[in-house]
Amino acid sequence: MADAEIIPIGTRGRPGRGSGSAKPSASARNLAGSGRSGAGKGAKGTAAKDAPGKKTAPVTPKRGRRADQPVTRAEASTEARTDETQVPVATGPEATPEPGGVDERAKSPVDPPVDGPEPRETSSTTTEDRVGDGIPVGDWLQALTSASKEVFGDDWEPRLAELLAFLRRRVTGDYEVDEYGFDAEITRRFLHAAIRPIAQKWFRVEVRGAENIPADGGALVVSNHSGTVPVDGLVTGVSIHDHTGRHLRPLGADLVFRLPFVGELARKGGATLACNEDAERMLRGGELVGVWPEGFKGIGKPYSDRYKLQRFGRGGFVSAALRTGVPIIPTAVVGAEEIYPLVGNLPSLARLLGVPYIPITPFFPLLGPLGMVPLPSKWLIEFGEPIRTDTYDGGAADDPMLVFNVTDQVRETIQQTLYSLLMQRRSVFH
Amino acid sequence: MGSVVLVTGVSGDLGARLARLLSADPAIERVIGVDVVPPRGDMGEVRFVRADIRNPVIAKVIAGEEVDTVVHMSVIATPGTAGGRTSMKELNVIGTMQLLAACQKAPNLRRLVVRSSTAVYGSSPRDPAMFTEDMAPKRMPRSGFAKDVVEVEGYVRGFARRRPDIEVTMLRAANTIGPRVTSPMVQYFRLPVVPTVLGFDARLQFLHEDDLLGAVRHAALDGVHGTFNVAGDGIVMLSQAIRRIGRPSVALPTFAVSQVGSLVRRSRVADFSPEQVAYLTYGRGVDTTRMREVLGFEARHTTASALDTLRSAISPGPTMGRRVAVLEHALTQVRGGARG
Repeated sequence: MADAEIIPIGTRGRPGRGSGSAKPSASARNLAGSGRSGAGKGAKGTAAKDAPGKKTAPVTPKRGRRADQPVTRAEASTEARTDETQVPVATGPEATPEPGGVDERAKSPVDPPVDGPEPRETSSTTTEDRVGDGIPVGDWLQALTSASKEVFGDDWEPRLAELLAFLRRRVTGDYEVDEYGFDAEITRRFLHAAIRPIAQKWFRVEVRGAENIPADGGALVVSNHSGTVPVDGLVTGVSIHDHTGRHLRPLGADLVFRLPFVGELARKGGATLACNEDAERMLRGGELVGVWPEGFKGIGKPYSDRYKLQRFGRGGFVSAALRTGVPIIPTAVVGAEEIYPLVGNLPSLARLLGVPYIPITPFFPLLGPLGMVPLPSKWLIEFGEPIRTDTYDGGAADDPMLVFNVTDQVRETIQQTLYSLLMQRRSVFH
Repeated sequence: MGSVVLVTGVSGDLGARLARLLSADPAIERVIGVDVVPPRGDMGEVRFVRADIRNPVIAKVIAGEEVDTVVHMSVIATPGTAGGRTSMKELNVIGTMQLLAACQKAPNLRRLVVRSSTAVYGSSPRDPAMFTEDMAPKRMPRSGFAKDVVEVEGYVRGFARRRPDIEVTMLRAANTIGPRVTSPMVQYFRLPVVPTVLGFDARLQFLHEDDLLGAVRHAALDGVHGTFNVAGDGIVMLSQAIRRIGRPSVALPTFAVSQVGSLVRRSRVADFSPEQVAYLTYGRGVDTTRMREVLGFEARHTTASALDTLRSAISPGPTMGRRVAVLEHALTQVRGGARG
């Protein structure tokens, strides 16, 4: 159920007014037949309705051509209807349940009471109400159409329908999250959509070696960590998704999940706690897991230590990879160090608040919120050759020497890649 | 040869239904129900013995009736039926101790089934996503039902050590929901406005009441020695669950939720304990691989479908879902009209 169910609505035809069709617009008809719109709900109304009814007749074949499937039902009903209902709006409801529409209704199990009473009466009454009010429905419709076109572009109809379907699913809770709380839809639509322009336009991320990420199956992306705020993890995730279509599942410190909003967003974005149980569970489940073994030591290091890898924890990620036999992909991110140059720290305040550090950058907290705008450094992300772990035998994960060796190998690879990327980068901002 | 099953806590709805379910089974000769108050409804073939598991009379019942299977259902999560937290704790902990003491002296006993709860795992930000049976809680529950369950499990483990000839099946059931059961989560969802913790969205997992009964019955008939998580497949987020049920909700900061909780508890509308606030903040998921592969039981309801059965039992308020559906429908109509 990853994709939205698309309900195509409308015909993509140009609406009445100014479209050059022989049919006068609704407001024009309004002006001409003032007697009809005023009091004429009775016999006069029906009489006036006959004329436009005939005029719409030439349009009918066009509709028939476009939606061939429902010919039997829609066609017949519209024919039957054209003479009793005249105003453009009223003909619609019957033609609406096109193939897509019918499907949608049949498919969705918790369908709200959409198809209650057939909208025949409702639509005709609203029409008359509106006509009485002065602004005809046709104008509303046109305004809506052009507004939608403005917002969604030319293929606005499927996109509007998709948006509505999405809204309904969110509001009724009819979506799925996996056992870690990962909400693929929200991640794709909001998280990635928000980060992508920052990554591409602000940081101008250049990705190398994306082919080293396996197309399927479990793999462990191990990356350096920097930048005071873990933006590098988010950008790496979006870059991987854009290049391979896979979601990166980050492992986060428990602090992340203790913080309100941050923890909620992290879980929705696919993160889980950095512990062996979760790491192995995810890798066994064939996920692409991301880990930043430097942790807070990495992102909270002073600017003068930039691009110097910190200690790689206890090598827990290596033993997880060894136990599950998945490849380790050493990843080097250049550029994140410069977004918030950390020149100072408030350790006592940090201890008081229970966070690892309180950053002071040249602009924060000096410029207040403005200081939170990251510097537009040029980013390079390189995914290295996968390091295979399935060649070791069963008990390898319990051999501390081997675990340390592999950890060092990964660390050295990332450090060397960082140096070579730095050589290639012409300047920090270019 | 049919077996004789003793079920504790039969005056509760789940206990009564379980006793009836067991008595209908041809493999079981007799079912004896025990509780301090007589059950309300029709108990069918079940023989009811009015006894308090908190005093040694229960030993005589077990010995006199030659019971070979004891199903311990009276570890309760809501103090409402027991009349207060103190008596709930006494019933849970002292009751279990007495029952186990009686079981230890029963020569005919072959099997003990204890309904425990996944509350033993607690809820904290340091929890793994899915608890397996051999994982310990990251933060020991210090009060309330969860602590009772931890203590009960401790006594049951001690009993299993002392009587290795008895098969002890401990079922750690996830939060049980359904149209008929009264559990803390059901009471919570029935609140007119559901309070949630601002900035957190807990991962929840539910077990349908029928599946709980099915699992206990399965364990009582052909149980396997060991501890098993019992839960429906899948996870729903708290926000999603509330939307599915169709209740209005309000997000409050943690301290406010605790205060509202104690207010709600005092007014006896629902049980809203501190550990439930932790649960609603961080949530919990349990792994059910062992349930399927070792115990051989499959839950028929998923977490989501169990929620749907609850929804039909709760009268939904004016929900956003319906409004959006109406809007969507109206737009579809209007667009359809444009082509006429």
